[in-house]
Amino acid sequence: MTAKVVVVTSGKGGVGKTTTTAALGAALAQGNQKVALIDFDVGLRNLDLVMGAERRVVYDLINVVQGVAKLPQALIKDKRIETLWLLPASQTRDKDALTEDGVGRVIAELRETYDWIICDSPAGIERGATLAMRFADTAVIVTNPEVSSVRDSDRIIGLLDSKTEKAEKGQRVDKHILITRFDPARAARGEMLTIEDVLEILSTPLLGIIPESQEVLRASNIGSPVTLSDPASGPARAYLDAARRLKGENVPMAIPGDRKRLFNRLFGRRAA
Amino acid sequence: MTSTSAAQARPSLGFHGRSFMAYALKPQAPIADWLGELDKWARNSPGFFQGRAIVLDLAAVRLSETATAHLIGELSERGIRIIGIEGLGATEKLGPNFPPLLKGGRATPVEDASHANQKSVHPEPASLLLEEPVRSGQSVIFPYGDVTVLGQVASGAEIVAGGSIHIYGALRGRALAGSMGNGRARIFCRKNEAELLAIDGYYRTTEDIDASLRNRPIQAWLDGDVLKVAAVE
Repeated sequence: MTAKVVVVTSGKGGVGKTTTTAALGAALAQGNQKVALIDFDVGLRNLDLVMGAERRVVYDLINVVQGVAKLPQALIKDKRIETLWLLPASQTRDKDALTEDGVGRVIAELRETYDWIICDSPAGIERGATLAMRFADTAVIVTNPEVSSVRDSDRIIGLLDSKTEKAEKGQRVDKHILITRFDPARAARGEMLTIEDVLEILSTPLLGIIPESQEVLRASNIGSPVTLSDPASGPARAYLDAARRLKGENVPMAIPGDRKRLFNRLFGRRAA
Repeated sequence: MTSTSAAQARPSLGFHGRSFMAYALKPQAPIADWLGELDKWARNSPGFFQGRAIVLDLAAVRLSETATAHLIGELSERGIRIIGIEGLGATEKLGPNFPPLLKGGRATPVEDASHANQKSVHPEPASLLLEEPVRSGQSVIFPYGDVTVLGQVASGAEIVAGGSIHIYGALRGRALAGSMGNGRARIFCRKNEAELLAIDGYYRTTEDIDASLRNRPIQAWLDGDVLKVAAVE
């Protein structure tokens, strides 16, 4: 088996990288794909909380990189989905504990048994972020529709084109933009950038548009990927669509809203 | 004791004799016509005199001190630096502000001026073509000539060119043309959202660019020491 290595990155902090990692990972695993999530935010780990696995962390990425623990000892299996696994970051160390060789070994080992490896990058452009993208085949660049986030994403795209292993070999990392926290009404009023603005500036294809929703915060507080906590919510449906596009399916682009929730629930039941 | 040790420690002055090749210019009367011919010739061989050692041979003319000073001034305005004067009569002398009088120059074969002429008319093409967008944080520095960008230049990216800059996408970052002191360089872009435009060190930031030129095709050039920006439709 050869896994696809995906980095979820953004440059800017707080735009939704961890939420996206959890939601896309769960969505892919819900489709019976074997998925490993790796938290690269050493020292400020969050993915364990968003996945509701914080009480089960024994070993972490740094332990594996340094040879203290074996990879299967550190991987935490999700309680809701059989095929979803998490490799947490260390909270007590910092990014200097990551080495390129060590990360390369971990990813090479995971590639043999998983379909998808999703790397949750820390914010910034320093060691943690560059190592998270280092071995990626595909990048999901999470962007909020506002200028500072878009400029940081542009910077990250430049790094994906120059600092990754693929780029150094003269190949290309597949890049996709995922716009999060999008509010169509505010964009129409000119209070945030429109989808067209963002795509024109970044000149990179769109993977999906995640609407702004209370459900994202609620899901994160109960320790569940949004695609599991409320699959009928706007953000959940948007992430499920994005995951299908990541697999190569042709799914028409839409911005699912929360308002249609009841209708979709009924419709979903009838269809099932 | 002191003087002895000082003599021992004194370093060599490095004072040696050496001979170099210099070009001699021999003006003919009337000087005004001769300067006209020189200008005509220089137009075909731009930069020929740049950095060259030139000696003024006054054997064919009889000039007063003032007229000689005037001639040196005229040549200097054309970028010709006179390092010495030869061909004066034994009794003629010039003031201390003139270049030194030289004697005993010998003719040497001169590099064919028409050959030099060809070289400068057909210089090596020096330009850089970028087919990919220039991303935020990237800095493209090309001191040898023009830079052409097919995509856009993002906010926080910069292009620094010795020559002109042509951007076929949107310019959202900085463009610095004529960076090696070329005031004739220009900047062209299809969509102006520039953070900064600069030519030969004269610059404008977004605030100083007429707001009506935003999001439009523009060009920027240097008019004296004023950086001008105008729409190109």
